[in-house]
Amino acid sequence: MAWTGLSIGLDALSYGMVLFIISIGLSIMMGLMRVVNLAHGAFAMIGGYLASFALKSAGVGYPLAIVLAVLGTIAIAFPLEFLLYRRIYRKSDELTQILLTIGIAFVIIGVANYILGPTTKSIPLPPLLSGPVDLGFRMIPAHRIFVMICGVCTAGLLWLLIDRTEFGIRLRAAVDNGDMAESLGIKTQILFSATFALAVGLAAFGGVVGAELLPVEPFYALRYMVTFLVVVSVGGAGSIPGAVAASILLGLADTTGKYLAPEYGEFFFYLAVILVVFLFPNGLLGRRH
Amino acid sequence: MSLRFGLVGAVAIATAWVSPAQCDTIKVGIIGTMSGPYALFGQNFKYGIDAWVAKHGSKVGDHQIEFVYRDEESPNPAKSKSLAQELIVKEKVQYIAGLYFTPDALAVAPLLEEAKVPMIVMNAATSAIVEKSPYIVRTSFTMWQNTVPAAKVAKARAAKKVAIAVSDYGPGIDAEAAFKKTFEADGGTIVQSVRMPLNTTDFGPIMQRIKDSGADMIFTFLPAGPPTLGFVKAYIDNGLKASGVKLLSTGDVVTEPDLPNIGDSGEGILSTYHYAVSHDSPENKTFLADLIKAGAKPDDITMASVAAYDGARLIYKMVEATNGQKDPDKALAAVKGMKWVSPRGPVSIDPDTRHIRQNVYLREVVKQDGKFLNKELQTFDAQPDWGLAKN
Repeated sequence: MAWTGLSIGLDALSYGMVLFIISIGLSIMMGLMRVVNLAHGAFAMIGGYLASFALKSAGVGYPLAIVLAVLGTIAIAFPLEFLLYRRIYRKSDELTQILLTIGIAFVIIGVANYILGPTTKSIPLPPLLSGPVDLGFRMIPAHRIFVMICGVCTAGLLWLLIDRTEFGIRLRAAVDNGDMAESLGIKTQILFSATFALAVGLAAFGGVVGAELLPVEPFYALRYMVTFLVVVSVGGAGSIPGAVAASILLGLADTTGKYLAPEYGEFFFYLAVILVVFLFPNGLLGRRH
Repeated sequence: MSLRFGLVGAVAIATAWVSPAQCDTIKVGIIGTMSGPYALFGQNFKYGIDAWVAKHGSKVGDHQIEFVYRDEESPNPAKSKSLAQELIVKEKVQYIAGLYFTPDALAVAPLLEEAKVPMIVMNAATSAIVEKSPYIVRTSFTMWQNTVPAAKVAKARAAKKVAIAVSDYGPGIDAEAAFKKTFEADGGTIVQSVRMPLNTTDFGPIMQRIKDSGADMIFTFLPAGPPTLGFVKAYIDNGLKASGVKLLSTGDVVTEPDLPNIGDSGEGILSTYHYAVSHDSPENKTFLADLIKAGAKPDDITMASVAAYDGARLIYKMVEATNGQKDPDKALAAVKGMKWVSPRGPVSIDPDTRHIRQNVYLREVVKQDGKFLNKELQTFDAQPDWGLAKN
C-alpha cells in the first residue's frame, strides 16, 4: 500500500513537473506583465515541432535539439512581440488581450496544420532517456526522471534569477511601479521584452521535454491551454512557489484519479481546481491585485 | 488551335449523334476524413478507390462512374448527415460510401431508404450499423469480428489473468464485451477492466494499476491515431514488457504507419486483424503496386485502403446489376453472397447481415530488413461478425 502511494506520487510528480515547466512562462507573463497570453500553448507547440525537426531531419543530438528549439521559438516569437505584444503589456483591457492572443494561437495552429500536416510528430529520445529504470519497488520510464530533474532545476534557476539577480530586482521594480522605475533610469521596455523571451523560451522547453505526456500536434495549442491556465490560476499568477505547488497538487489529483478510477476522466483534476479556487480566490500563493 | 477545337467538337457531335444518350454518368459520394487528425485514413479511402479505377477503368458497361469526395473531418454526425443530404439532393449520387466513424455512419443511415441510395461502409466498426438500414453493406471489419479471435489467442497462449483496457466509447465497449464473453466462456479470468477516456495522453497510472492487478496479459483497443503510440510506450517504459506481461490488441493499436515510431521495443506485440500490409499473396502484391501507382506512399498504407478497394468492387457490381438504373433492392441482391479474393484474403458478403466475412489473422510485430511489419502467424478462417451472429 505504501509502495502504491509512492508509486502514484512519482507519476504525479513527473506529470506535475511538465505542467510546471510549460505553465511557469504563462504565470510570469500574467503576473509580471499582466498579459493573458492564450498563445502560450502555441509557443510550446512550436518548440516541440522544432525539436522534432532538428532530431529527425537535421540529425542533431537531443541536448542540442532542445537548445535549438528554445532559441528558434524565441526567434519566431520576436517579431510578434515587436509588432503586437508590445502594445498590450500592462495597460490594455483583458478583452483586447484575449482577442489578440487567441487570434495568434489560431494562426499558428492553421500554419502548423498546413505546413506540417495533422499527424503527431514524435520527438525521439536518446538511448539514455528511453526505456525503463528499475527503482526496486517499481519500474519508471527514464524520461520521467529526466523531466523531474528539469522541473526542479527550472524552478531553482528562475527563483535565483528573479529573487537574487540585478535583472530580477529591476524587473520587480518595473512591475511594482513602472513609472517610478522608468524615471530611475530602468529601461522597462527592454526588461519586458527580455521577460517575454524568457516566458516563450520556457514554453518551448516544456513543449520539448513534455512531449511524451502531451504529444505535439497542431491542436496542442488549444487542447492543453485550459490546463495551463488552470495551473496559473490555482498557483497564483507570477508566483514561482505557487506554480510549483499548483502543478504538483493538480498532477497528484489527476494521477490519483487515473489510477483509482480511470473511468471518471478529468473529474478529480477539476474537483481539485474548484476546491482550491473556492478556498483561495487569488490562487495558493497569489497576490491580491 | 481553333482547328483542333473544331475537330474535337465535330467528333463529339458525331459520336453523340451516332449513339444517343448511351453514355451517362453515375455519381458515387464518398464521405471520409480528408482533413484533421484522421486525414491519413480518408486519404487511404481515396488511394483504394483510385487503385481500383486505374485497374478496372472508370466505366461499367456504358456508364461512366464518378467519385465525389466530401470531408467528414471528425466524429461529427450532424455534419455527415448534411453532407449526405447534399450529395443525394444536389449531386444526385446513386451510392454513398466511406464513413470512418460509427456515429457518422449512424447519422447517414436513416436517409438511405427514402432516397433509395445504398451505402457501402468502408470503416466504421460498430456491429449495429448494418442493422440500421437494409441498404447498408460493409467491407471493413467490426470490433467483435477482430476481438473474438484475440480472446481465443489469449487462451491458446495460456493467459490466465487478463486485464482489459479500452477507449471509453462505442467500439471500445464492443471490444471489451467481445473479449470478456469469449475469454470467460473459455474459462479465463478478467482481473481488471479499465475504460480510458478518449483524450487520455498519460497512460503511466493506468499501466501501474494493471501491473498491480497481477495480470499476465493485457488486451487493449484504442482507435488508430496518436494515443495508441502513447499507450504502447507506457506499456514498455513502465516495465510491464520487461516483467513478462504480454500485450495483445486489435490491429488498430499497431497500424503500419505507427510502427517506426514505436521502434525496436515494439517487437513481439501481438494483434488480431483482418489485414496486414505485409499479407503474403499475389493479390496483395498487385494491390500494393497499384496503390503506389495511384499516389500512395508505401509507409502510409493502412487497412482503410483495402476496405475502399473492395467497396469500389461492390459499387461496380451494383452498377452492372442495375444497368445504371436507381434500383437499390436489385443492387443489394447482386452483392449478397458475393465471393471474391481480396488483397486481404478470401472474403464474402454475408447475405443475412450484409457484413463482410473474412479471415482474421494473428500477427506479431517483427523487424525484417530494417523495416517493422505485422507478420502473420495464424489464420482464423472466414470469421463472421460475431456481434451480429450472437443474436
